[in-house]
Amino acid sequence: MSVEAKPHGGIGESIKRKEDGRFLVGRGNYLDDVSLPGMLHMAILRSPHAHARIRSIDAAAASVVPGVVAVVTGELMAQHNLAWMPTLSGDTQAVLATDKVRFQGQEVAAVVAETKYAAEDAVGLIQVDYDVLPAVTSPQQASEPGAALIRDEKEGQKDNHIYHWEAGDRAATDTAFARAHRVVRLTTHYPRSHPAPLETCGIVADVNPATGKATLYMTSQAPHAIRTVFALVAGLPEHQIRVIAPDIGGGFGNKVPVYPGYVVATAASLLLGRPVKWVEDRNENLISTGFARDFHMTGELALDSEGRMLALRVHLDSDNGAFFADAQPSKFKAGLFHIVTGSYDTPAAHVTADGFYTNKAPGGVAYRCSFRVTEASYLIERLVTNAAIEMGMDQAEMRLKNFIPASAFPYRSATGWEYDSGDYASAMNLALEKVAYSELRREQAERRARGELMGIGLASFTEVVGAGHGKDFDILGLRMFDSAELRVHPTGKAVLKLGVKTQGQGHETTFAQIVAEELGIPAADVEVQHGDTDNTPYGLGTYASRSTPVAGAATAVVSRKLRDKARALAAHLLEASEEDLEWERGRFFVRGSPDRAKTIQDCAFAAYTNLPDGMEAGLEGVSYYDPPNMTFPFGTYAVVVDVDKGTGVVKVRKVVAVDDCGVRINPMIVEGQIHGGLTEGFGIAFTELITFDGDGNCIGSNFMDYLLPTSWETPRFECFETVTPSPHHPLGAKGVGESATVGSPAAYVNAVMDALAPYGITNIDMPVTSDKVWAALRSRGVTE
Amino acid sequence: MQVSVTINGQQQTADVEPRLLLVDFIRDQLRLTGTHVGCDTSSCGACTVLLDGEPVKSCTMLAVQADGRELMTVEGLARGAELHPVQVGFHEEHGLQCGFCTPGMMLVAKALLERNADPTEEEIRWAISGNICRCTGYVNIVKSVRHAARLQAERAAAPVAPVAAAVSGGES
Repeated sequence: MSVEAKPHGGIGESIKRKEDGRFLVGRGNYLDDVSLPGMLHMAILRSPHAHARIRSIDAAAASVVPGVVAVVTGELMAQHNLAWMPTLSGDTQAVLATDKVRFQGQEVAAVVAETKYAAEDAVGLIQVDYDVLPAVTSPQQASEPGAALIRDEKEGQKDNHIYHWEAGDRAATDTAFARAHRVVRLTTHYPRSHPAPLETCGIVADVNPATGKATLYMTSQAPHAIRTVFALVAGLPEHQIRVIAPDIGGGFGNKVPVYPGYVVATAASLLLGRPVKWVEDRNENLISTGFARDFHMTGELALDSEGRMLALRVHLDSDNGAFFADAQPSKFKAGLFHIVTGSYDTPAAHVTADGFYTNKAPGGVAYRCSFRVTEASYLIERLVTNAAIEMGMDQAEMRLKNFIPASAFPYRSATGWEYDSGDYASAMNLALEKVAYSELRREQAERRARGELMGIGLASFTEVVGAGHGKDFDILGLRMFDSAELRVHPTGKAVLKLGVKTQGQGHETTFAQIVAEELGIPAADVEVQHGDTDNTPYGLGTYASRSTPVAGAATAVVSRKLRDKARALAAHLLEASEEDLEWERGRFFVRGSPDRAKTIQDCAFAAYTNLPDGMEAGLEGVSYYDPPNMTFPFGTYAVVVDVDKGTGVVKVRKVVAVDDCGVRINPMIVEGQIHGGLTEGFGIAFTELITFDGDGNCIGSNFMDYLLPTSWETPRFECFETVTPSPHHPLGAKGVGESATVGSPAAYVNAVMDALAPYGITNIDMPVTSDKVWAALRSRGVTE
Repeated sequence: MQVSVTINGQQQTADVEPRLLLVDFIRDQLRLTGTHVGCDTSSCGACTVLLDGEPVKSCTMLAVQADGRELMTVEGLARGAELHPVQVGFHEEHGLQCGFCTPGMMLVAKALLERNADPTEEEIRWAISGNICRCTGYVNIVKSVRHAARLQAERAAAPVAPVAAAVSGGES
């Protein structure tokens, strides 16, 4: 039989998604769709103050609301040693406040009731007497002498400083700066934003009183790691914990951490012997769960007279909120920010970072990026554009002059990374061609002569994704490998079980395609399972673009292991020697006799029915893959904007994206990921902002204030590709889910800066809103 | 209070609290969980259903306001095994990723196509601008609605043409 007669679904085919069917008919199974017999509902009382001492909590009125089963306070949690929990960054975080509240929206108490309406009613009746303290709302304030001490409960903590961290070579950088022809400096705040997946976070905790088994349905991007964290936090035996992440309505980093609500609901279920559901509302999501960014950065670029980079120096102050709960590899306090030299051959670099407690929500997560790569990419790309403008050079030429040349890979960066592969000039040249760069510059000159503002923004990003290897990358000591288990049934249909977990990226299709490619079983015949810790091998989860680089590699490796066994089975069936067999996708045939063949389905059947002597039955295996290095996706984005002088309104006219993520498994899905990232990047650049007033009140706490891009203002995207495979990944793939969020904010903002360059305006902090543009123009005397 | 609605062609009557939100009535009492809650402030449109054929955000309506009226949710889009053109369009053009906004998006698209069988990109973008998608960037949603418009026109021209029974997935 010919396996090519129908679509096979191998690598490079844009097959339609296998998971679509259930979502199209309303039969997805998201967390809030989980309903168990006897289930109770939980609501959380949150602090209205950013910083206050709790004098007393009176739950009497709440307790007698009809339907209320229990009111949980920090005092009750403390009796079970659960008032505090460890964070992913080795700090502690209050589960329910016992002494002070440290940010607006902090969890103070919870009500468990028969219905969610009753729970909400009762939450409103809990009386808390607060003694309000001064709020600290920025790293600058946090480090002032006499600033209120936020973490007064921490032994030895005398101020609001969390960490100091450095990378690179200070002396070499200082030397290079001393001989620089020019130093270009940029100070900018990458503001606090929020991943804001459309589905909020939640849990249904079901601790069975008869067996002690805790089944936790949870919106989690990392169910296995969360299970281990729960075992450590709650002291439950790990084999008695089953975490099930059902369908997830978007994550973007927001669903990596453990949140207090998860712990309280689990404790409530344990104490009450009934399932407890907690689903946060949008306000709770925005004010209390993992925010992103909030880096105050100063970058300095040392250049020679030709515009060549000599060195890069960066200092950043990180606003980490009230608890250091960043989700990132343990060794790297500012994430992977030291990728900040980006795509450029920079002989020396030095990065210093300081983290600070503030009275703001904790949990710095990577909003669709690999641990702070977004902030790094933004800073270097903004600096390069500013440097070109200051030196009177073309921005594309400046980049081309400084790119790491394609011949220099693998490339060791000044901050210690080993870039796997790249061809930055090809990606940039394709982008310039597709956006019609030369014509745009001519048009810009004409418009400027007429007094019109038009800008062309470029960003040539390089990411670092796909953590580990496990030797350097771990979370709470858990090495960042990932896994795939493949079982082929007698009839040749297969089940693939993953340690990672999709939040919409299309794993059920993409990973089936890897099996189709490597083992020859059509993608339609491969069911991908994920998200249930009792049913999948251990893995660290889906974030930081690591699914394809790590679990994708594991899937290829396990498929190849099974193919090796299938080869022995085919040899047995064909009465030939293994060495005489040739493989083409889906079948083995005897060299020189293509008709003497056995399909992979024949081999699978034989694995259960007709084995050679001494061979174990079955056709299944598991792979735990620890990657030898990270992967380094890259690309160039080009954005064209028109700016209205009178109003400051920025209109994005054109977006061209050239991405190189190595080999693309499903090009349709890859492009969909890029579209999404370009949109979130657009939101970050122009609309999305979590900010605070002087008292620490969160502004941006609902979708009327935290503005997500709609179809109306979101630009159209034109996507193109170059392909530079990763040399160390079994499939040559690199990961792509976050490239566009990482690369695009700088391209959007650079376009605005390019438009405003004639007026000497060198920075507007994001989001670049019309009022800021208007004010900047007015400050330079521009009126109409 | 008693509320009586026709939902997806079926008559349903229930006793509800006067303050019960329509979305909670649909999800928790009728157990039609394809309608989602994303924001509680009628900003995101994940809860969109059709009320007498018009899109409404069911998170900011009371169940009792729907009394005596006709509702359609995502579960009512397909006719038996035959998918609605909008559902086919979203599958063919990769108009969904996580799927959370998809029911609301598809219902808005259906309502649009009923009053405008051949909408332009501009008209589609305006129609869906009350529904937020965090995954797709809208490009493929626009294509999906255009695809649905073409398919709807084809079906109208050849009403007995057989259609794939369900989305099987994995095909090219």
